[in-house]
Amino acid sequence: MTTNNEKLLRVERLVLHFRTTVGAVQAVDGLDFSLDSNRAVVILGESGCGKTSLAKAILRLLPRNVGEYSGKVYLNGTDVMAFSEEEFRQNVRWVGMSLVPQAAMNSLNPVIRVGDQVAEPAMIHLGVKKDEAINLAKQMFQHVGVPVDFLVRYPFELSGGMRQRVAIAMALVTSPSLIVLDEPTSALDLLTQANIFNVLKRIKKELGTSFILITHDIATSSELADEVAIMYAGQIVETGNAKEFFPAPLHPYAHMLMASVPRLRADQDPEFITGQPPSLINLPTSCRFAPRCPKRFEKCDQDPPIIEKNGRKVKCWLYA
Amino acid sequence: MADTKLATRIETGVDERKVLLSIQDLRVWFELRRFGFGVAGYVRAVDGVSFDLHHGEAIAVVGESGCGKSSLMKTILGLYRPREGKVTFDDQTISDMGRKGLNWYRAQVGYIQQDPYGALPPFMSLQRILDEPLVIGGVHNKDERIARIHKVMGEVKMHPVEDFLQKFPHMLSGGQQQRAVIARAMIREPKLIVADEPVSMLDASVRVEILKLLRGLQETHNLSFIYITHDLSTVKYFSERIMVMYAGRLVEKGPISKILKNPLHPYTSALMAATSDPDAKNADSYKEVPPGEPPSLVKPPAGCRFHPRCSRIIQGLCDQQDPPEFEPEPNHQVQCWLYQ
Ligand SMILES: Nc1ncnc2c1ncn2[C@@H]1O[C@H](COP(=O)(O)OP(=O)(O)OP(=O)(O)O)[C@@H](O)[C@H]1O
Ligand SMILES: Nc1ncnc2c1ncn2[C@@H]1O[C@H](COP(=O)(O)OP(=O)(O)OP(=O)(O)O)[C@@H](O)[C@H]1O
Ligand code: SF4
Ligand SMILES: [Mg+2]
Ligand SMILES: [Mg+2]
Repeated sequence: MTTNNEKLLRVERLVLHFRTTVGAVQAVDGLDFSLDSNRAVVILGESGCGKTSLAKAILRLLPRNVGEYSGKVYLNGTDVMAFSEEEFRQNVRWVGMSLVPQAAMNSLNPVIRVGDQVAEPAMIHLGVKKDEAINLAKQMFQHVGVPVDFLVRYPFELSGGMRQRVAIAMALVTSPSLIVLDEPTSALDLLTQANIFNVLKRIKKELGTSFILITHDIATSSELADEVAIMYAGQIVETGNAKEFFPAPLHPYAHMLMASVPRLRADQDPEFITGQPPSLINLPTSCRFAPRCPKRFEKCDQDPPIIEKNGRKVKCWLYA
Repeated sequence: MADTKLATRIETGVDERKVLLSIQDLRVWFELRRFGFGVAGYVRAVDGVSFDLHHGEAIAVVGESGCGKSSLMKTILGLYRPREGKVTFDDQTISDMGRKGLNWYRAQVGYIQQDPYGALPPFMSLQRILDEPLVIGGVHNKDERIARIHKVMGEVKMHPVEDFLQKFPHMLSGGQQQRAVIARAMIREPKLIVADEPVSMLDASVRVEILKLLRGLQETHNLSFIYITHDLSTVKYFSERIMVMYAGRLVEKGPISKILKNPLHPYTSALMAATSDPDAKNADSYKEVPPGEPPSLVKPPAGCRFHPRCSRIIQGLCDQQDPPEFEPEPNHQVQCWLYQ
């Protein structure tokens, strides 16, 4: 087993393909990124680029039609991909890292009180008694800003925003060092969204939790981002520090994606990206963005390597 | 755009063009039925709304989920009957129109409904989807219909037209489906387009493309336009005036640059503060957000409907009396006691 003590999470050459009748969907296709403790990385990309699949690959929540699933996921230096399913369930999922799935607020169990639902992972994964688990749930409710008398309510008695907070409390109750949030606010109202981001910031500060935030909402993602990773057609094409990335993205796709964001406090006209991402079944052997890239040149017919530039990483021939 | 009049309108709200659509004290309530006991109450989705829309003017209605935006628009389209108040189009009141009048009216107004994915009938080709409104509208000459379908497909940039006309909705991407919905709204050459969250279901990169398309059509055809959205960051690319809706009311109305520079209503300020621009500094601080959630429209709070969440509340006034509309500066109205 390899160890590496600096990083909370290190993902190397992660691959997750799905089998279908028309071929393999290469949803996660050789990803590398890492995350320090008490930091948040946002994974940004258009619909269908593989963001949810990445979350599933990291947490090993796999559908039945998995094709290739390979690579390394180091959590605190331990390669958890090498774990058996049983070891993974006991030591990694929930206790090491947990997931707030896409549309979590609509997937709470309608017939169980929300307090009991939040307490359950603590009983199962921490092995604590019911009283103590309820007590933990109560503490989590306070962290996410849900009144504790809501513990005895059912999901339908709560607004969407409150249910989303409950889903976050559930991911938090086992005290994982990392929480993966898949589109945590995209179905919520603006003010509710802003409230939830305040909650996430506070959790990060008070509990030292790290986050992987998956979203296509670029503007809102900056509320939590320490690091940014841009995903395109199953791959990460740029990673870097948020403070360096937002003012000056490097990859042409990242650049165009940023230029497409309408801004309330600036006057520049947003631009759109013409064309569509490639099918994840028939991927080009060129740079995957080449067919839409205004900067392409001869070299782009080949798959670009990941290039390091002043601590930033970009998968583009322009920087070779 | 060398349109100085447009610039003036955006700055001052002065609009000399004729009024096309006029809404007066509109109320749209939905009955809450209780089994065996008749009506248990009303959802006051639209509760006293007034505004004018001029020929060729583009306005935005901004507000959060459930505040009544779609109900207001559906009433303007004649799909819901108002409980009170009236809608006047080209000086004719739509509730007084007979069937013939309503048919004429429906041809004057194009509707782009919320949720593009449910908007197109799945078993019809685009050709049929676009042909039908023309047949219903009494365009009996087939060649003319074909010519108009080709023209509108070109306008929404669906090339090559022949290929697209044979396609069914499920064969199109989200952005293409939305273009088809726009083509259908334009096919009868309306004077007014109502677009209800036309881009909220689309990916960021496609959103801008569709908004620009709509803006282009609005300008070339000198259309009046109502753009409904919850996203304040898109309105300035698109409209001359904003109306902010909260709990069934238009709490602030005014020219776009005035509102974006100097929002008057505490709710408008809160919406602006909650809207993020992509900026890494955002992560360094908490946002000031009003607590709580929008009120029930069945039993709205007494006084100002925003008072339970308002940080600038005047105790004894805001929680008791409904604020009327004040006009602290020309063409800029606000329903808030701070401006009495
Ligand atoms: N179990 C599966 N079998 C086959 N294909 C799948 C499966 N799950 C996802 N896909 C496909 O993999 C691709 C990536 O899907 P994924 O859900 O990861 O995208 P995403 O980036 O999360 O998109 P969104 O922003 O819409 O949530 C899509 O083309 C999707 O259709
Ligand atoms: N046909 C109806 N019958 C009963 N209640 C309705 C009906 N249509 C809407 N409502 C209620 O009226 C209120 C306003 O709904 P409306 O759809 O107009 O809001 P909206 O501002 O368009 O919201 P969104 O942003 O979610 O589309 C809501 O409380 C809704 O539940
Ligand atoms: S009327 Fe009072 S409560 Fe309502 S928004 Fe104005 S200050 Fe706030
Ligand atoms: Mg997803
Ligand atoms: Mg609506």
